[in-house]
Amino acid sequence: MTPSYKPNEIMTIAAARALKNEDVCFVGIGMPSAASNLARLTHAPGITLIYESGTLATRPSVLPLSIGDGELCETALTTVSVPEMFRYWLQGGRISVGFLGGAQIDKYANLNTTVVGPYDKPKVRLPGGGGAPEIATSCGEIFIIMAQGRRGFVDKLDFVTSLGHGDGGNARERLGVKTRGPTRLVTDLCIFEPDPETKEMIVTSIHPGVTRDQIQENTGWTVRYADTVAETPPPSQLELETLRELHARTARAHGEGGSKE
Amino acid sequence: MARVLALKEAVESLVRDGDTLAMEGFTHLIPHAAGHEIIRQGKKHLTVIRMTPDLIYDQLIGMGCVDKLVFSWGGNPGVGSLHRLRDAIENGWPNRIDIVEHSHAAMANAYEAGAAGLPLAVFRGYIGTDLPKVNPNIKSITCPFTGEKLAAIPSHRPDVAVIHALRADRAGNVLLEGILGVQKEAVLAAKRSIVTVEEIVDDFGPRSLNATILPSWTVGAISVVPGGAFPSYAQGYYKRFNAFYKEWDRIARERDTFLAWMKENVLNKGPEAFAEHVRGLRVAAE
Repeated sequence: MTPSYKPNEIMTIAAARALKNEDVCFVGIGMPSAASNLARLTHAPGITLIYESGTLATRPSVLPLSIGDGELCETALTTVSVPEMFRYWLQGGRISVGFLGGAQIDKYANLNTTVVGPYDKPKVRLPGGGGAPEIATSCGEIFIIMAQGRRGFVDKLDFVTSLGHGDGGNARERLGVKTRGPTRLVTDLCIFEPDPETKEMIVTSIHPGVTRDQIQENTGWTVRYADTVAETPPPSQLELETLRELHARTARAHGEGGSKE
Repeated sequence: MARVLALKEAVESLVRDGDTLAMEGFTHLIPHAAGHEIIRQGKKHLTVIRMTPDLIYDQLIGMGCVDKLVFSWGGNPGVGSLHRLRDAIENGWPNRIDIVEHSHAAMANAYEAGAAGLPLAVFRGYIGTDLPKVNPNIKSITCPFTGEKLAAIPSHRPDVAVIHALRADRAGNVLLEGILGVQKEAVLAAKRSIVTVEEIVDDFGPRSLNATILPSWTVGAISVVPGGAFPSYAQGYYKRFNAFYKEWDRIARERDTFLAWMKENVLNKGPEAFAEHVRGLRVAAE
């Protein structure tokens, strides 16, 4: 029997599955961090996790609240300075997967984490790019994890903070970028992957019990589907237990709320 | 040679109205006590540089010390928005601030270039983003050897850098361990500097041959402020007080709760309050 689970849980689990044991992953805080550590604690024990605070090959037992918690440093193979992190490791091309989230995404998986509304008169001022603009172009490929909804999945971004597939097709190549960009977008409803030609993000797998109507209702552009759409395998007992234990340990370590998810 | 000064004297003599000020610390070792002292002294018209203007710059901005902010990620880490920063940008309260926005890679490169005495930082970045449209300081340069187009921005050369470190020795050398951020670069890039430390020791004792040390002749003033990084943390001394980052969301959300908190906890207190803050967070000596 399949255990019951929440949409957030299958999102994190489906994202974790995409990571491989041999990956070197640049991890963002929040859901990317949960998914990356879940991968490490289940099928990818050898994965190398890197946080932009300079911690290389870190193995935290609880999820960090911030990108530079002491736990990350104490469990890391080594910790380098932030300039070294961005120059030698990220720009140097030593990272296979960058794991990002965002406030807004478009159908080519460009991301906005800067502003909602005009830049000079913002409706909502968001935190900004942080490491994302260069993560998006320097990592071998990019996974994105975002809960799906009309506010976030928009037809046109108010601001492009980090490059996905630009305006589609060979946009990255035209800009001189040699990395693959977003190869997977995991939401609480489904999984998108880029169309090989147009690079539009199309649905390749739908989570159990989710309908195409639901996906469209939560997306600001007309959603396209792959010729064959899979059903996402439901979370296994092991995946769910490991994720829940991770969150419980984290909540105990950080006091009531735990890490955001 | 570094001078050992009380924090009040250090800020009085080294931070001036209108300065370009860099207070660094990447989650770890954020110089909160020094930020409070700058607020208490009512410094004005500062241009403040920081990769992650978290609580410390939310406080400086909300108290009207800042004219311009140079940054790459302005949020409360793991929690959400900085309400004072947003109020300044969205509503001009307590005053309008100019923002100069970069990415982390750009900021880190700009500090490193500043430390290296270069006028600009060159790196592979900003490709396909809108940031160059809103920041005229983001330009490009063509590699004379390969023809590759690379991003170029001015290096950071702050008037004054302020950091918190673990400890200094009697000679005024400063030791950093754990997550290093861009503090070494910020101090070396700046004309003047203040380093608050947990303690001054006779001798650093056994350490890695490659320990990160700022030699005394690169540091302006050293001030002993135990707990001075609270609510961030100091590796081996005390833990990050995560609950306060969540509490800050409530405090800073409204102007009156923010002002009341600043009055009670900053304007009416001194640096000695920080030792008390970290009493329950101390990690056992190794």
